[in-house]
Amino acid sequence: MSAVVDSHGHDHHDHHDHHGGYSGLMRWVTTTNHKDIGTMYLWFSFMMFLTGGAMAMAIRLELFQPGIQFFNPDLFNQFITMHGLIMVFGAIMPAFVGFANWQIPMMIGAPDMAFARLNNWSFWLLPFAASLLIISFFTPGGAPGVGWTLYAPLTVQMGVGMDLTIFAVHLLGMSSILGSINIITTILNMRAPGMTLMRMPLFVWTWLITAYLLVAAMPVLAGAVTMSLTDRHFGTSFFNAAGGGDPVLYQHIFWFFGHPEVYIIALPAFGVVSQVIPAFSRKPLFGYASMVYATSAIAILSFIVWAHHMYTVGMPVTGQLFFMYATTLIAIPTGVKVFNWVATMWKGSLTFETPMLFAIGFLFLFTLGGFTGLVLSLVPIDIQLHDTYYVVAHFHYVMVAGALFAAFAGVYFWFPKWTGKMYDETLGKWHFWLTMIFFNMIFFVQHFLGLAGMPRRIPDYPLMFETWNKISSIGAFGFGLTQLLFLYIILKAIRSGEKSPEHPWEGADSLEWTHLPTPAPYHSFENPPVLK
Amino acid sequence: MNAEQARDQAQENWRTLTRLSIVAAGMFGFGFAMVPFYKAFCDAVQINSLVERDAAPTNTQVDASRLVTIEFDANVRDLPWRFRPLTGYLQVHPGQLVQVEYEVSNARATPVTGQAIASFGPELAGRYFKKLECFCFSQQTLAAGETRRMPVVFLVDTTLPADVNTITLSYTFFEVAGKS
Amino acid sequence: MKSSKLARTIATCWAAIIGLAISGSALAIEWNLRPAGSKLAEDIHTLHEDVMILVTVIFVGVFGFMFYAIFAHRKSVGHKAAQFHENTLVEILWTAIPAVILVLIALPTTRTVIAQKDTSNPDLTIKVTGYQWKWGYDYVKGEGEGIKFISTLATPRAQIENQEPKGEHYLLEVDNELVVPVGKKIRILTTAADVIHSWWVPSFGAKQDAIPGFIRDLWFRPEITGTFRSQCVELCGKEHGFMPIVVRVVTQDEYTKWVGDQMKLIAASADDPNKQYTLDELAQRGEKVYGTICAACHQPNGKGLPPNFPPLDGSKTVLGPKADQITTVLNGRPKTAMQAFAPQLSDVEIASVITFTRNHWGNKVAGADGIVQPGEVKALRDKK
Repeated sequence: MSAVVDSHGHDHHDHHDHHGGYSGLMRWVTTTNHKDIGTMYLWFSFMMFLTGGAMAMAIRLELFQPGIQFFNPDLFNQFITMHGLIMVFGAIMPAFVGFANWQIPMMIGAPDMAFARLNNWSFWLLPFAASLLIISFFTPGGAPGVGWTLYAPLTVQMGVGMDLTIFAVHLLGMSSILGSINIITTILNMRAPGMTLMRMPLFVWTWLITAYLLVAAMPVLAGAVTMSLTDRHFGTSFFNAAGGGDPVLYQHIFWFFGHPEVYIIALPAFGVVSQVIPAFSRKPLFGYASMVYATSAIAILSFIVWAHHMYTVGMPVTGQLFFMYATTLIAIPTGVKVFNWVATMWKGSLTFETPMLFAIGFLFLFTLGGFTGLVLSLVPIDIQLHDTYYVVAHFHYVMVAGALFAAFAGVYFWFPKWTGKMYDETLGKWHFWLTMIFFNMIFFVQHFLGLAGMPRRIPDYPLMFETWNKISSIGAFGFGLTQLLFLYIILKAIRSGEKSPEHPWEGADSLEWTHLPTPAPYHSFENPPVLK
Repeated sequence: MNAEQARDQAQENWRTLTRLSIVAAGMFGFGFAMVPFYKAFCDAVQINSLVERDAAPTNTQVDASRLVTIEFDANVRDLPWRFRPLTGYLQVHPGQLVQVEYEVSNARATPVTGQAIASFGPELAGRYFKKLECFCFSQQTLAAGETRRMPVVFLVDTTLPADVNTITLSYTFFEVAGKS
Repeated sequence: MKSSKLARTIATCWAAIIGLAISGSALAIEWNLRPAGSKLAEDIHTLHEDVMILVTVIFVGVFGFMFYAIFAHRKSVGHKAAQFHENTLVEILWTAIPAVILVLIALPTTRTVIAQKDTSNPDLTIKVTGYQWKWGYDYVKGEGEGIKFISTLATPRAQIENQEPKGEHYLLEVDNELVVPVGKKIRILTTAADVIHSWWVPSFGAKQDAIPGFIRDLWFRPEITGTFRSQCVELCGKEHGFMPIVVRVVTQDEYTKWVGDQMKLIAASADDPNKQYTLDELAQRGEKVYGTICAACHQPNGKGLPPNFPPLDGSKTVLGPKADQITTVLNGRPKTAMQAFAPQLSDVEIASVITFTRNHWGNKVAGADGIVQPGEVKALRDKK
């Protein structure tokens, strides 16, 4: 199966279907096949990753030296806002939805997702929404320059680009909610006989829990941005003291969504890593049941910690203490998961192909990010670090070295199953090591910037921050170029990669590896597998 | 699976979808419900009784053993008004009925209506600050060029915690649109 | 990966880290929180150090196990996989022990949290107002009450635009610093005039969001004299990075002297409203006011940044009747970013800046319409 959106001749085996009767572009527009849709999500997310990444390059270019060299402060604010929105909603979330689409039916022995046509619509909302975000740059006043968190009342001052962004957020949310309903229904109702919930691969478990988080949290974001929209245009005063409202109310509503959102991003990453580490340790995942309970605990706790993003708004002491205690609590199930992964590796028989390298990189660096999160959870320390580069470093460790590394691990891991070809292992290792080194160059030094007092979201800075900013920017340019290497690896493998063996990974034991050929057929498990 | 099983499956799927859609819609409503929840929470802990008259307390005993400093602050937002407290600060006994005045002047050549919103520092002090008369209870319309003195009658509740002895009462006047 | 290659890679990484650390101290790169200037900040330093030691120990411990497994439990050295995947005792221990550790961290932290909130009995109360894009300081109670001024970035635009070399306190210098006496409990009331800003002095561990329509309070007690510099710390629009906070802590005697000087200045700049100034006097003063107050939006070249910030060069309002421009500056334009400057600027300042705009760039308003005297501004400000 070609994973590329064009109709170059693909060299095929004989169960090449007629793909629903269409060929070329129309095949992709009309497909209801979970594998096709997964492919589209993954390519879309990669294109968004490069777009958001280009904005990051622009940001780090301006921040290379003190002074304003390239972009005026207003445009800079637009870049940081769109970088955040595109990466969160356009890149990392759709990437994991792509994994969900490809993998969940195969891993539970189902022929496809529960609502195949809804699945198609859920995807096609995304390019439309992404276009709105990009178009906002070209409206009078440009894209909104308010930060991805869209705080009121700054958002009330923005031009029509803000309204386009609100519309885009609604569409992105709609796509996620519909996709999640699909995922939950599929997992609950369409498992093969004998696949009890506690026999499901952990990747499926993490997506089940994530989908519930999405259904609960995304609509709240829709509510928050709708209130901003009516405050902007329809005379309401949700966030305006003049009419009896309160700007802090926006923050409460936003972060009620915002905190579960970061677990929505992290949990599928945990799921991927929970498939990869046992496979390359040739040993079962340690503590399967605890992993399920820990993931559920994280999901539930994620709803009661939101105001740790707001310690400095002036909330009463009792509030600060409550959120501090609840936030430190989340460290416990997260720690349990880290210990379980290490225990899985312990006394295994380890090999270090590219998927495993990324999974180990995830383990090491996500935990580092988790520790800086613990530091930030403590109110007195957060008073010093809130809205500084320490926070930027923290969330890039967990989102990039966490979620993105896990996504890379998943792509390298499942690539043979999807395409029947192997990627170049040497190049894959280069991709890993360069990404690893450049990532840390960008973000490790940002901890020091935050401690030293550099605020977030500024295009220019006092002289004492220059050295770290230079190093960070150099790392960024290297990191960006390295991801082009990834693109090359994938394209090269699709076009001319070696044929993959049936079982490329000795320790991989979920249904797609044990019960399906490599590559997986266009329609798989039309009859459910028999599970012993 | 056969046709009957497929039909059952589809039905089960639709049932699940309906339930989840109701949850999603409910969470959207919850986002909006957070607005009255927020207000109810603030009322319950009495953080932000912005413009409501407080019930005259039945116990009007004055606690002469302690003094509390009340500071008076004034702000104007997008209004062509001059707004200032006539007294910068006062020392009062909890339970003591006090009156102070603020002065407002309209510099515009047309009548302007404004609404004052109160805010307290520390926030929790608002719970113990009882406003019996306040220009913030209603919108104030000033004629062109008019200057007016407006009273606030208040008392500090005797249950004010012992470790709070400075309270700042701050008003911000906003223009009421459509009235000018 | 062969073990010698692995070992070499690890050695290279360590060499790089150590090299960076050494060069760091040589270059005086900033690694840590700003030196503490108050007991609260000192407590925060200690808490941070303790937590860092704790997490480093746990991190090294846990990943010691992982790296050992990577080294010793490799297939390439012939290690065969064990098949265990449960151990209830171990799992209980590694759930309970972190829980205990977290409680031990939370206890001393709670004490500091509660101490941070106690704003009672201040010696001096100062109201801080965040504007787009400057700070306003009002001494409302205590020695110096009645002093009020605006504190704006003093770094010249030419430095920001790389036309001049940058000064030592680039982006951390203001025209009017906040002056407070050492050893006294300072209570700060924050509010904002437009959007959310945030006021912060790292050396004192004092940070509070400035929220429009509300006041919030915080306190700090500076224990050492000196000048402490910081920046606005909540995104508030395009000049968010250009509104620094500078606090100068002085001895009690120096403070009393400063208060006296400020009071004299206030009296002196209660300029005689009937005084008549020349065009040159007004335009010169107006140019300074323009650069500090107006140029951020209307730009030094008067061309603005349409559509949000209209040009003044060739503007109908600037070239038209004086009363219109005066009332616009006094009262602002609702629903736009043009604020009412009546509270911030005196009659002389407004008269000067309007005169400047009417006689600069391509504008040259002739005769009496090209000069505005402070008395005209006063009349419109107090219009009866």
